[in-house]
Amino acid sequence: MLFRTLAKAEFRKLVELLLAANEVVGPKRVGTNVRGEPLHQFLPVSAFDELALDYANTEFPPKTYFLPYREDLCSYRFGDDDWTQDIRYQVHPRVIVGMHACDINGLVKLDKVFTRDTFPSPYYLSRRKNTLIIGIDHLPGPKCFCRSVGADLVERGFDLFLSDLDTRYFVAIGSDRGFGLLQRVDAKAITDEDRADYLALRHRIADAFETHVDVQNLPSLLDIEFESKLWKKWGDKCLSCGACAMVCPTCYCYGVHERVSIDFRCGAKVKQLHSCNLLDFAMVAGNHNFRPTRESRLKYRYYHQHRGFVEAYDEPNCVGCNRCGHACLVGINPPDVIADLQAEERR
Amino acid sequence: MTRILHGVDITRGASFRGVVDFNQRYRLQHVDRNFKSTITTIVPLTDMEKLFQLRIDDDAERATFGFLPGQFVMLEVPGYGEVPISISSSPSNKAYIELCIRRAGTVTNLLHRARPGAKVGLRGPFGTHFPTGQMKGHDVLLIAGGLGLAPLRAPIFDITENRAAYGRVHILYGTKDPSQLLFDYQYETWRRVGGVELSIAVEHADADWKGEVGLITHLLDRLTLDADDTFAIVCGPPVMFKHVCSRLSARGVPMDRMFVSLERRMHCGMGKCYRCNVGHTSTCIDGPVFDYWSVMNLKESI
Ligand SMILES: Cc1cc2nc3c(=O)[nH]c(=O)nc-3n(C[C@H](O)[C@H](O)[C@H](O)COP(=O)(O)OP(=O)(O)OC[C@H]3O[C@@H](n4cnc5c(N)ncnc54)[C@H](O)[C@@H]3O)c2cc1C
Ligand code: SF4
Ligand code: SF4
Ligand code: FES
Repeated sequence: MLFRTLAKAEFRKLVELLLAANEVVGPKRVGTNVRGEPLHQFLPVSAFDELALDYANTEFPPKTYFLPYREDLCSYRFGDDDWTQDIRYQVHPRVIVGMHACDINGLVKLDKVFTRDTFPSPYYLSRRKNTLIIGIDHLPGPKCFCRSVGADLVERGFDLFLSDLDTRYFVAIGSDRGFGLLQRVDAKAITDEDRADYLALRHRIADAFETHVDVQNLPSLLDIEFESKLWKKWGDKCLSCGACAMVCPTCYCYGVHERVSIDFRCGAKVKQLHSCNLLDFAMVAGNHNFRPTRESRLKYRYYHQHRGFVEAYDEPNCVGCNRCGHACLVGINPPDVIADLQAEERR
Repeated sequence: MTRILHGVDITRGASFRGVVDFNQRYRLQHVDRNFKSTITTIVPLTDMEKLFQLRIDDDAERATFGFLPGQFVMLEVPGYGEVPISISSSPSNKAYIELCIRRAGTVTNLLHRARPGAKVGLRGPFGTHFPTGQMKGHDVLLIAGGLGLAPLRAPIFDITENRAAYGRVHILYGTKDPSQLLFDYQYETWRRVGGVELSIAVEHADADWKGEVGLITHLLDRLTLDADDTFAIVCGPPVMFKHVCSRLSARGVPMDRMFVSLERRMHCGMGKCYRCNVGHTSTCIDGPVFDYWSVMNLKESI
């Protein structure tokens, strides 16, 4: 990996160049929650000062720019007894500024599913290739556990990644596109001092984690504890609302349905994100439901992320952002659920 | 406005040229392109099931389409929906494919009202298959319960068309009552031309029924089999294949020589939507055909 440093004014200049040329999306303050804390969302911005780069976390992940909640897979025009199918992928380029390491790692996991595995998805790939990503480091919040799942550092999946060294940014260059971008501003070669400051920051971030989750043994533990009463305990609380999957940067399950216009002239095949906690996730014709209980559905969210996904890709499908725990109205969150499972093992 | 970023059109790559081939699983291509097909013939089989013969309209697409016994397609009625259906015809038949469809919900009911000439969309083939190649030189036991005969018909064609390559071939088939028997017009052909031994049992006989009455396990218990040399394909509801497979296992047939086909909700067929998740994997990629040992290791698969 190549590194540079960038004075803060130069970074501003870079973003302003991008703003003048392309759509730029970044963390924007959108309000305050009931506790008076600021709320942020990844939204299009029109000026550099709209970017709140010191945001703690966003309620929704930037995943939506790659896996939108709803998208048309194709459209249909109907004639008499016949139809034509039209397929389009978005090619409209976009810049996302201010993604945290966990969210970039979330994309790297989605890349494995949607671009490297069987049947690569042109919809996802097109969005991925047409999005330039400038990430940024941050000090973890009290509930972040990305370090426990190896998602606190980024090695790939971005174009530029900034670490704030007070007077300047330390910039990791993740692609030739990012390298080219830096040539438009005054980026400097790194010095020994930059390197030392950057490493000191890394240690400061690593030491700041307050939440630790032990996931190493989960693939086998989840098999052993498959019938555990714990699932009923947590499942009984669950409202089956599906919020956890909607806010998760790595959840990708979906459903497909079709739509016709009122005059029957056109239609579309529509993909819409789904959640394994929703009642009909595994329901088939004749009203048979493979997962009729809340407990079994909740269990499978963990079973997929820490067992199935590990089986397929040798890593869990969780980046430790705790958005799901934060969104859950009844307090179901990975650190507590996993700690409960681990305690069960030790009993 | 001068763009710094230029749009990248991913479809300009070579992999997008030519006909979509779902057998090239790692190729970047139009995975949601369906092959427009015409329903050429519809054969009513029972009150609930009809057999649909489909011909892919485009010559190049039809020539590229090839499948193995046990694989399925995603059948789409544009504007209504898309459903997974096992292919019921012979893998060697390049002219048309056959799907045996039970009416169960929105799309399948609509199909039951369709007339020959209607256009539908097909994507596929998807999933794993029954390893009929590996079974060559051995005895084969094909066991179906109810609609399970639909996915079993492709391996039956495959095996009977290459009959000399196999040892003894038995088909055991059971349904609730005689009115539910599928493909009754083919039994004589399988017996005489295909050289297979076919035994049928119904749970509840009617006045005209002269055959066996009882469960499929009853037929199985009477069968003499060479456990060291037998492969089995078992299709039907989970309760049925569970009983059948544990009986076969007790008689010494290795679990990795018994194959079953699982059914789950499916929305893509490509390992993406994950609605077909079973245990730690997906039914559409690692299945629907699994050997019984794998099934035993998948949580809640039966
Ligand atoms: C691998 C596989 C092979 C199959 N082969 C056959 C076959 O050869 N013949 C046959 O009659 N049926 C078969 N089925 C079942 C068939 O897919 C369902 O009956 C069908 O999806 C019902 O759709 P519907 O729109 O009529 O019902 P609805 O209840 O209206 O279904 C709505 C949606 O739910 C999903 N869905 C509902 N039931 C099922 C189900 N059982 N399996 C998967 N998805 C479902 C579909 O995406 C469907 O579009 C197979 C299923 C699988 C998984
Ligand atoms: S957010 Fe909480 S209540 Fe809602 S489905 Fe997820 S775990 Fe259940
Ligand atoms: S902490 Fe929750 S929301 Fe965040 S990646 Fe893990 S499962 Fe998803
Ligand atoms: S049907 Fe979508 S993952 Fe299997």
